[in-house]
Amino acid sequence: MDLWKRYIPVLFLLALVVAVQLITHFTETSYYLTQLTMSAYYSVVVIGLCVLMGYGGQISLGHAGFFAIGGYLAGALTTHSLLPIKSHGLVAFLHKIGLLVASKDLYGGDLLTVEPWAACIVAVFTAGIIALAIGGPVLKLKGHYLAMATLGFGIIIFRIALASAYFGEADGISGVPSFKLLPGLEVSGSFGARVLNYYIAWMVVIMGIILLLNLIHSRVGRALRSIHGAEEAANAMGVNTARYKLYIFVLSAVFAALAGVLVTHYNGGIGPSEAGVMKSVRYVAIVAVGGMANLWGALIMGIVLNFLSLRGVFGSYDDAVFGVILIVIMLFAPEGILNINPWQRLKSLFSLLAAKPGENTTE
Amino acid sequence: MQYLRMTPELFIQYLFAGITYGIIYAIVAIGFNIIYNTTGIINFAQGEFVMLGGMTAITMTAFMPMPLAIAVAVLITMVIGALIEMVFIRWLESPSVLRMIIITIGISILAREAALHTWGESVRALPYFIGNEVTSVTILGAKISPQVLWVIGVCSLMVAGLSLFFKFTSLGREMRACAANRRAATLCGINAKNMVTLSFVLSAGIGAVAGCVMSPITYSDYEMGPNLAIKGFTVAILGGLGNSLAAVAAGLLLGIIEAFSVSVLPLAFQDAIATSILLLILFVRPHGLFGSSEAAGLKEF
Repeated sequence: MDLWKRYIPVLFLLALVVAVQLITHFTETSYYLTQLTMSAYYSVVVIGLCVLMGYGGQISLGHAGFFAIGGYLAGALTTHSLLPIKSHGLVAFLHKIGLLVASKDLYGGDLLTVEPWAACIVAVFTAGIIALAIGGPVLKLKGHYLAMATLGFGIIIFRIALASAYFGEADGISGVPSFKLLPGLEVSGSFGARVLNYYIAWMVVIMGIILLLNLIHSRVGRALRSIHGAEEAANAMGVNTARYKLYIFVLSAVFAALAGVLVTHYNGGIGPSEAGVMKSVRYVAIVAVGGMANLWGALIMGIVLNFLSLRGVFGSYDDAVFGVILIVIMLFAPEGILNINPWQRLKSLFSLLAAKPGENTTE
Repeated sequence: MQYLRMTPELFIQYLFAGITYGIIYAIVAIGFNIIYNTTGIINFAQGEFVMLGGMTAITMTAFMPMPLAIAVAVLITMVIGALIEMVFIRWLESPSVLRMIIITIGISILAREAALHTWGESVRALPYFIGNEVTSVTILGAKISPQVLWVIGVCSLMVAGLSLFFKFTSLGREMRACAANRRAATLCGINAKNMVTLSFVLSAGIGAVAGCVMSPITYSDYEMGPNLAIKGFTVAILGGLGNSLAAVAAGLLLGIIEAFSVSVLPLAFQDAIATSILLLILFVRPHGLFGSSEAAGLKEF
């Protein structure tokens, strides 16, 4: 029964995804699907971060870094030709076991690149390993220190992307080929594959959501909530807090990296702005607006805000809008926008105003 | 591993560059410390005060002589600091650390965006206080710009002034009392909330002064804040959070390491160095190089 209840929203989401596609089809507004696809991928980062922040209580200002590790590695591996070092033993071996593909570039030159599936696995795996390596020491920190350490990690990744010729410096990587998931099913930005890619993206989101829903209702989820509530108490009860925190940190990094890989193939490229600090802050903002420990809230806000931002609704005030959202939510509704009880808020605001004059006279 | 032949003159040159940047980082770190001591908050918008000070002064020089422009810019930044505290922080009742981190990040974004829409993306600079970019004085055989001496001099004066202020004036003592025990200070009749506002004013003020004196050599633009903030934070941690004199030593250390790193690493990685040091320190000695590990045992990292 309980299980059934858990999946009703998922079914509802599935129906909504299909309905939106049909509506855009019949109203001839299917150009919206492009932004909806992108929003879906960004939301994969957001829901991963939501479990880390909301349920685990660990802030990360470095998730754009993991997104970039995924995107940049997948982009670089599937774009840079290995032909010049073809005689190298390792390259020859990879070619032999079919992990490399030969293709032609725009000008008809021969290319020998890593197969997207292999590149994807390498990219996501690398992000996971890095998360595992830095997660140990980073998650020992709390509060400001944790925020600064993750911010620092994000900055290092950004600097590396910006300073290495291999990752295209300020230009980033372009000309990334499409990613054939299965025969006939490929992640690409080509016009004809728009509807298909919309469904691919949303399938990824739904699979992610199901995974996370099961996770937070499992032993791991209970352990995480106990860590958020009172870490010392959880520890004393025998919960291995360090291990669970690390586990969820790595999982959210993997989510971010996977999203990075898919976005890079979908857009056909990636630039250093994807690794920027503002992107990380934006993910945090979305989780905060969604209500921290609220997976569905994070997903809804992730879709809405990313969609509006990608449509260019905020114009040149894009970053400013996210700044305002962060401040307003944290000042007035730290429980998230979906958890507001308007009447309650209004009452407490009035009582605050009423208390103000009295407070000043205590001087 | 020597890519550049290090002559004594070059050594002095690098040393002065290191000290110049180092003392600026130290000022930012002290700004962090002042606010941290009275509130327990790390103000992520600290670098924005430096940016606002420099940029406002540059605009003001069009209307008035430079010393006056700098004074006005510092005053404006101090008022902004006070406003930020009053609007966003004063009325929150025991907010969680996570909430404060996110709010100050939001403030820093807003300050940056406001600067972007006011001044645009262009890089600006105040004129040199004495002479111009080619004027130099010779120290131990190395040619040093007088502006470098201005930066070092003004920042040293600020550090000295601040320690005198905290030690010998009653206002400074009241602030320290709030830092030590807010409740007890309130019981002694100190208005703790005003002390918090004052800490924002002070830290905005010293940030703005640093922003003005450094502007001729390092230039100012709307997005200089976060970079300075992360380095200032590195320095604050390196010295032990809350300890301002140690922050000066740590600032000089980081500045000099950065300056000499140019001779072994590509310039593009210079910023990554400070950040790597930050991570290393956080992992290994979160109480700082000069902090005691015993006292650190009582704190939460």
